Amino acid sequence: MNRRSILPLRLEGVCFGARGRTIIDRVSVELDSGPSTIILGANGAGKSVLMRICHGLLAPTAGTVRWSASQRAGGARRQAMVFQRPVMLRRSALANVGYALAFAGVPTGEREPLALEALESVGLAHLAQRPARVLSGGEQQRLALARAWALHPEVLFLDEPTASLDPGATREIEAVIRAFDAAGTKIVMATHNLGQARRIGDEVLFLHQGRLAERTPVERFFSHPASAEAEAFIRGELPWTLGNGGSR
Amino acid sequence: MSSAFAEAFLLIGSFDASLAGIIALSLKVSLSAVLLASAIGLPLGAALAVARFPGRQALIVALNALMGLPPVVVGLVVYLLLSRAGPLGEFGLLFTPRAMVIAQTLLVLPIIAALARQAVEDAWREYEEQLRSLGVAEFDAALTLLWDIRFSLLTAVLAGLGRASAEVGAVMIVGGNIDGVTRVMTTAIALETSKGDLPLALALGMVLIAIVLALNAAATLLKEAAERRYG
Repeated sequence: MNRRSILPLRLEGVCFGARGRTIIDRVSVELDSGPSTIILGANGAGKSVLMRICHGLLAPTAGTVRWSASQRAGGARRQAMVFQRPVMLRRSALANVGYALAFAGVPTGEREPLALEALESVGLAHLAQRPARVLSGGEQQRLALARAWALHPEVLFLDEPTASLDPGATREIEAVIRAFDAAGTKIVMATHNLGQARRIGDEVLFLHQGRLAERTPVERFFSHPASAEAEAFIRGELPWTLGNGGSR
Repeated sequence: MSSAFAEAFLLIGSFDASLAGIIALSLKVSLSAVLLASAIGLPLGAALAVARFPGRQALIVALNALMGLPPVVVGLVVYLLLSRAGPLGEFGLLFTPRAMVIAQTLLVLPIIAALARQAVEDAWREYEEQLRSLGVAEFDAALTLLWDIRFSLLTAVLAGLGRASAEVGAVMIVGGNIDGVTRVMTTAIALETSKGDLPLALALGMVLIAIVLALNAAATLLKEAAERRYG
């Protein structure tokens, strides 16, 4: 594919407010292909909203979001998003992937082989004919990743994709995310799991009360965070990820 | 009183031909009306659930209010439209089963559309981000949702059917309760009761309830089977 890349994505002075509350406050950032980007921050820091603005699900109340190439070339959006809770249609796993392909402009005859290949890549080929909604939470999330995989997006947004999954399912999801990365898809993920941030991420965007507090390579972020807010966050979060209870 | 019940059961058991004709016409009229109202009301409700335009809230309030439309008023309006001097008088539909289907369709349409609107809107809240992420436009989203919650929409259709098969006022006014032509179960019950033929009225009443019960049971079984199958 030698189409022009939609990356880098440029955000300039992006703000978002709802009901008089500022959720995103003047965020300017450029996301380019290559490093996997992890968005960290406390609950309510604006991680999900920022990703939804990038993905086009929310319009910023101020500022601009610019991709480097048109989004609608060829019908497909060239970016995909996986949500914390996967939303599946009441049809088979295979048909759920086929549905996404249909709206990406893939001709009818080519959908099934592509969908099957996508299911295989996440290890769900044996469940292709199973109704999607009766799959387990982990399987549904892998199906959501297969649905994204079939679209061959240039950018994949993930909003806490393993937040409601057990460790085994989490490992499987992380393996698929790494496969996306290896295939050249830009990963942008919000997570609460700091171990996961380390395993997947190359750089961290740290949000604090809607502002971009810092952008740091992942190892340096955990050892020498640049901002006082990030330092406090790591001190507060790490004991919790080690399992010392919900003392927050 | 108990003898009236006994005679009613006898009547049902003997399967009287005129009784069977009345039951068949009732089913034909009400099922046609529900089919028509569903064909219009389900897409209408889905569109109203997904689309955003000025005046939408007012339209929803109006639609919900129309659910309580009195059948006699619908009958009167359709009567005026279809009567010889009315705008649609030339078709000569008044006092035919077709007029009854038209009246019941109008009566049931707001019920099916309003209940579908609510069901699709609830589903839309769950699906919206995912569908928009996939680049699905509003119109396609409405169709997707209609199909995805089709078994839940059975409830809306059944509510419409219950209303259609139970009402007397509209079919009485536009049908005229003509023996062998436009007499249905509810109008026959009203007539026989006023004449004092309680066994026939009771027999019809029991058949009416049995049919409505059977349809609801079938729909519930179908819905449960679908939920087990599709989650």
